[in-house]
Amino acid sequence: MSDIQAMPAPRGAGFNLHKFANPGRFLRIFSPILPWLAVFAVVVCVVGIVWGFVFAPADWQQGDASRIMYVHVPAAWVAMNGYAALAICSFISLVWRHPLADLAAMEIGPVGAAFTAMCLVSGALWGKPEWGAYWVWDARLTSVLVLFFLYLGHIALIRAFDNQQHGYRAAAILALVGAINLPIIVFSVQWWNTLHQGNSISLTGPSKIYITMLWPLLITTIGFYLAFAALVVARLCSAIMETRTRALLFAQAERS
Amino acid sequence: MNAFRALLTRELRLALRHAGDSMAALLFFIIAGTMFPFALGPAPSTLAVIAPGVVWVCALLAALLPLDRLFSADFEDGSLDQLLLSGLPASAIALAKMIAHWLTTGLPLLLISGPLAIMLRADVAHVPALLLSLLPGTLILSLFGGLGAAITLGARRSTILLPLITLPLTIPVLIFGAAAATSQHPKAEFLLLAAILAFTVPLAPLAAAAALRAAAE
Repeated sequence: MSDIQAMPAPRGAGFNLHKFANPGRFLRIFSPILPWLAVFAVVVCVVGIVWGFVFAPADWQQGDASRIMYVHVPAAWVAMNGYAALAICSFISLVWRHPLADLAAMEIGPVGAAFTAMCLVSGALWGKPEWGAYWVWDARLTSVLVLFFLYLGHIALIRAFDNQQHGYRAAAILALVGAINLPIIVFSVQWWNTLHQGNSISLTGPSKIYITMLWPLLITTIGFYLAFAALVVARLCSAIMETRTRALLFAQAERS
Repeated sequence: MNAFRALLTRELRLALRHAGDSMAALLFFIIAGTMFPFALGPAPSTLAVIAPGVVWVCALLAALLPLDRLFSADFEDGSLDQLLLSGLPASAIALAKMIAHWLTTGLPLLLISGPLAIMLRADVAHVPALLLSLLPGTLILSLFGGLGAAITLGARRSTILLPLITLPLTIPVLIFGAAAATSQHPKAEFLLLAAILAFTVPLAPLAAAAALRAAAE
């Protein structure tokens, strides 16, 4: 806790990624950017969602229900890559003990869990008209549910220690174990049951989705990623301020 | 190696002196399994279908019960710090604890799951497959459980956190284990279980060791 306060800005000549790990410098760089980032994220989300919900054509088979895709698919992507970001922060936190990575891991958890919940709820709303049930025990749904559980476990664990540094270590180990285990879980659940449609969009091959639907989907995806970044940065800034305030209060209490 | 054996002997001796702890997990296993016929009715056709899955889930839950004392007793009285200073690698300490957990909880559960499965009207011909699937299954549960116990060591609500973080990680074991117990040609499931076991044996003690060192800092 106090090491955030005590850590001086590293003074190295030339380009050094290390300097971005300093919480104070992070705050100075990102506090002014944050409002712009947030506004930009909202604008891109609104453009993508209005395009998808109003102007894009409805699916010939699924009708207007297919428009849930414009929320569901980006939320799923952000949820998965959010966990990857969590695992990377945990790795950095374990190996280099960067205080900023600890805080980032702590703040990514709830945001990622919220996007996972959004993916699950929008999927359930889509499933009712299309599959006839809010929930089916399909492989992908179950994998996302397990991802949600992993997020919740991390959120609960990192906040459960009186010694916060210990909490960061324990939660980072859990996040890495979860990241290693996640492919095994996904494979096992696929083995178990599969009903969800396959990938329509792939980075390597041609996409099986019409271009008028692809554009709004890509825009909402960018919007969701920006929103994720804005939320995490906002939480991170307030977390840094909070640790500083707490350190100052501690110092004051010790003096008096 | 001597220190490792001494630690394992100490764990087993402690478990023997507090035999009630292991017995409680076994009793929980039997009682939890007995609840299912009351809830679902005694029809043999229903029970036979669910028996392997019920045995698996009950074993999973029962194996979690003694875990929250696995490291915390030593953590509270300072023995864990002594063990970490003893020259034995932290991963060896974790592995010894996991083996002790399997010998005092996993193995008794394995031995008693045959009678429970038969009480649940499982097809007697399927019971050997169930027991064979529980052999790697309980081993993996001890490894993951020890890992979960090490990660939650020193946490405020560790008793409730432990199942919360351990159970999602054990889903693949449950899927392949229950499938191996019921499938007609279970070779692939057994191989996958063995693969998970081979993967977990080196990795779980290493991760648990990192958590133990963080707890002792």
